[in-house]
Amino acid sequence: MSKPAAAIPAPGSVTQEPVQPRARQKTKNKNFKQNNLAGYLFISPWLIGFLLFGLIPLIMSFALAFTDYDILSGGDFIGLDNFHRMFFEDARYGRSVLATFRYVFASVPLRLIFALAIAMLLNTKRRGIYWYRAAYYVPSVIGGSVAVAVMWRQIFGRDGVVNAVANLLGLESVNWFGNPDTAIWTLILLAVWQFGSPMLIFLAGLRQIPQEMYESASIDGANGWEKFMRITLPLLTPIIFFNLILQTISGFKVFTSAFIVTGGAPLDTTLFYSLYLYNRGFANFQMGYAAAMAWVMLVIIAILTAISFKLSSYWVFYETEVK
Amino acid sequence: MENVQVLPQSKNLRRQKRTKELRNSLLYHLGVGLLGLLMLYPILWLISSSLKPADLIWTTVYDLVPAEIKLENYINGWQGFGGITFATFYKNSFIYTILSTVFTVVSSAVVAFGFARIQFRGKRIWFGIMLLTLMLPDQVLIIPQYIVFSQLNWINTFLPLLIPKLGGSVFFIFMIIQFIRGIPIDLDEAAMIDGASQFGVFYHIILPQLKPAVITAAIFSFYWTWDDFFGPLIYLTNPNLYTVSVALRNFSDTTSLTDWGAVFAMLTLSLVPVFAIFVFFQRYLVEGIATTGLKG
Repeated sequence: MSKPAAAIPAPGSVTQEPVQPRARQKTKNKNFKQNNLAGYLFISPWLIGFLLFGLIPLIMSFALAFTDYDILSGGDFIGLDNFHRMFFEDARYGRSVLATFRYVFASVPLRLIFALAIAMLLNTKRRGIYWYRAAYYVPSVIGGSVAVAVMWRQIFGRDGVVNAVANLLGLESVNWFGNPDTAIWTLILLAVWQFGSPMLIFLAGLRQIPQEMYESASIDGANGWEKFMRITLPLLTPIIFFNLILQTISGFKVFTSAFIVTGGAPLDTTLFYSLYLYNRGFANFQMGYAAAMAWVMLVIIAILTAISFKLSSYWVFYETEVK
Repeated sequence: MENVQVLPQSKNLRRQKRTKELRNSLLYHLGVGLLGLLMLYPILWLISSSLKPADLIWTTVYDLVPAEIKLENYINGWQGFGGITFATFYKNSFIYTILSTVFTVVSSAVVAFGFARIQFRGKRIWFGIMLLTLMLPDQVLIIPQYIVFSQLNWINTFLPLLIPKLGGSVFFIFMIIQFIRGIPIDLDEAAMIDGASQFGVFYHIILPQLKPAVITAAIFSFYWTWDDFFGPLIYLTNPNLYTVSVALRNFSDTTSLTDWGAVFAMLTLSLVPVFAIFVFFQRYLVEGIATTGLKG
């Protein structure tokens, strides 16, 4: 688990870090004596917060996972029963995991592809770029809100604007939320629509690529596609990787959109993990079971992150490797 | 002689090039502009629907420009539900958002200074642990937190939402650390030689220079708190304490004979604070995301 931590600063380092470490080291030992008291005083807000609202709840939730705790009647130690139930008896749990994986593995790549494509479109010095960038970013600013989720439900509703436009084009209305095949796609679309943040990160990355590289590639007769495949894409891989990790983790945590737009229906095809956890823990007050679910989620995310880091050495290209 | 021959040709070439550029530019703006419009379409639709008379919303669903603009949806919507108007929900949301933002940003700046500029034993370990907590899904913590807060009788108060914010946010701490590392250390050293304490250095030297990073953090904190739904959903069950996001959910759910005009009006209104900040602080926002890579 120490690897993810070490790699988090990577994208930042693309822009800022190369200059500073040396400058810092030169002076560090001369004038800045170790000062334990001041150091701990300054980090104490985080440290106390971490202990009270991070570490202690973490230990508690681990303990709860082995009980049938509910807030009204307390709980007893039941060993691995929660986990047994989750994996072998609770069919809804399996459907919820499936729905979450479908959602994450569809929305994250689509979102990143859109983000990169639009970032490349906007990476020019034409007039009006400022406005375009704002227009493409606006959905990300408001997209996570309840307001947009309620709006989304109406847009894809029976009389909603999507069906109205379909009718206008001579197509039949679709019951987007009633059909198990289409319901999840309305949520995926809602997620893809908010590609603004990764787009801005890509845009910053694209601006870092030296123009001379493209020029010399042109002289060598490379066409646009070749330049993209040989220059743009490899140099962006650290940023793509960083986005991939962040987006995947936040994809697993998605709650508001499913809670408001579909409520997990139909046939549990949009019963995302966090939503099911909420239903168990806070609607049914089965907090022991919900805690067990949360720990399994933690393990799933940790495993996926670890796999991503392992695989990253095959495709992520750090510039420092060449220097 | 040669010049005379070459000139008309190059002129021609130049003209050709110019028309080609013009055509490309036109195509570009057409394509990117239309796509941008498509992106904004849902929002424009929402605004337009909120201005239509209730009976026209669904019959003219694809008309973006309302035949007549009516503000009565806003007046009706503002009445809220259960005798509680949206004035209460907005008050709650602003209290929550502003306090939360102040707590988060101030704490984050203090902690970031500690990690960025002071040497102390165990710093590396704590920093590593802090970054690891970024990977920790809130879901693991939310259940025990809820149990403890309910035992403290903090349900239906803002305390469970606000007190944890005093610890700062790892995202912002990390962002501000990156920012502080970019500030030359010479001034710190000069101040230290003049006898300033660490706190003096932080307050007089670093803090004044942190403005851009602090503004960026404050904007994001505002967004996240304003849009926060899960926290208020589980901790605030008394309608008098509802924030706008929880109120909107109930407003659009409970009324069986839903007045969609009023709902759309309130949805639109709730986006205004976020939108206003976006318009005024766009630069900080873009810089913040672009330079730190934060926020997924």
